[in-house]
Amino acid sequence: MAVNYGSKRIVSGAHYGLRDWLAQRVTAGIMALFTLIVLAQVMFTKGTIGYDKWAGIFSAQWMKALTFAVIVALLYHVWIGMRDIWMDYVTSSTAARLVLQVFTIVWLVSCAGWAVQVLWRL
Amino acid sequence: MTELATSSKSKRPQYRNINIFTDLPSYRLPVAGIVSILHRISGFIMFLLMPFIIWMFDTSVSSEFSFAKFKAVFNVGASGVFWKLVALALIWAYLHHFIAGVRHLWMDTSHAAVSKEFGKSSAVFTLAASIGFTLVLGAKLFGLY
Repeated sequence: MAVNYGSKRIVSGAHYGLRDWLAQRVTAGIMALFTLIVLAQVMFTKGTIGYDKWAGIFSAQWMKALTFAVIVALLYHVWIGMRDIWMDYVTSSTAARLVLQVFTIVWLVSCAGWAVQVLWRL
Repeated sequence: MTELATSSKSKRPQYRNINIFTDLPSYRLPVAGIVSILHRISGFIMFLLMPFIIWMFDTSVSSEFSFAKFKAVFNVGASGVFWKLVALALIWAYLHHFIAGVRHLWMDTSHAAVSKEFGKSSAVFTLAASIGFTLVLGAKLFGLY
């Protein structure tokens, strides 16, 4: 089998980095759309927005499903962005970068779990 | 023409391995560059404040009781002012990241949007809009109107 690692690694070609690049943009689009949907619901609500009206926005089933999709999109989007930051700035130590990347994943998965819990007890 | 080839011109500064303390203060970043680094910084801020964002989501939608607690945190005493400032930082970060992100998507899909002139004017717009909206929403947050 042809060697594809070390100095023989193929660093160009179809899909090299394209998937994450595209995923970051698609997830951004989903979140931007979600922002506009929430904003529209807040703006078209008549009267002062208290607890009932605010929680009411998120209690509709379609809104729960959409919010869940947005949480997943956020998870992936932030992972790509944070990984880019660690790859750009933490270059002197592979161990430190690995620790930061693991921390990022734990942080994001924990946050996503919490958000999903909040969403599904509404 | 030979002078050019023999490189007798005055030396231009070279930026390799930019040092944050010795090089960055003298490095003139174009507006698009400022928008770019702020895009990264705003994203990082939101990453760090993610538990606070979810805490706000949790307390504001879970119950009448938690909703009252949510409001109290921002309205009681000096800590209320502190949390309002944190919220304002989030508002700025979100606005900047959002507008700069839409600018990115635009540049990904349009050749006209990546010209030098448009890059500059769209960067200026991004800064002006994000700071402008932040001031308007900040004034609302602190009860100025």
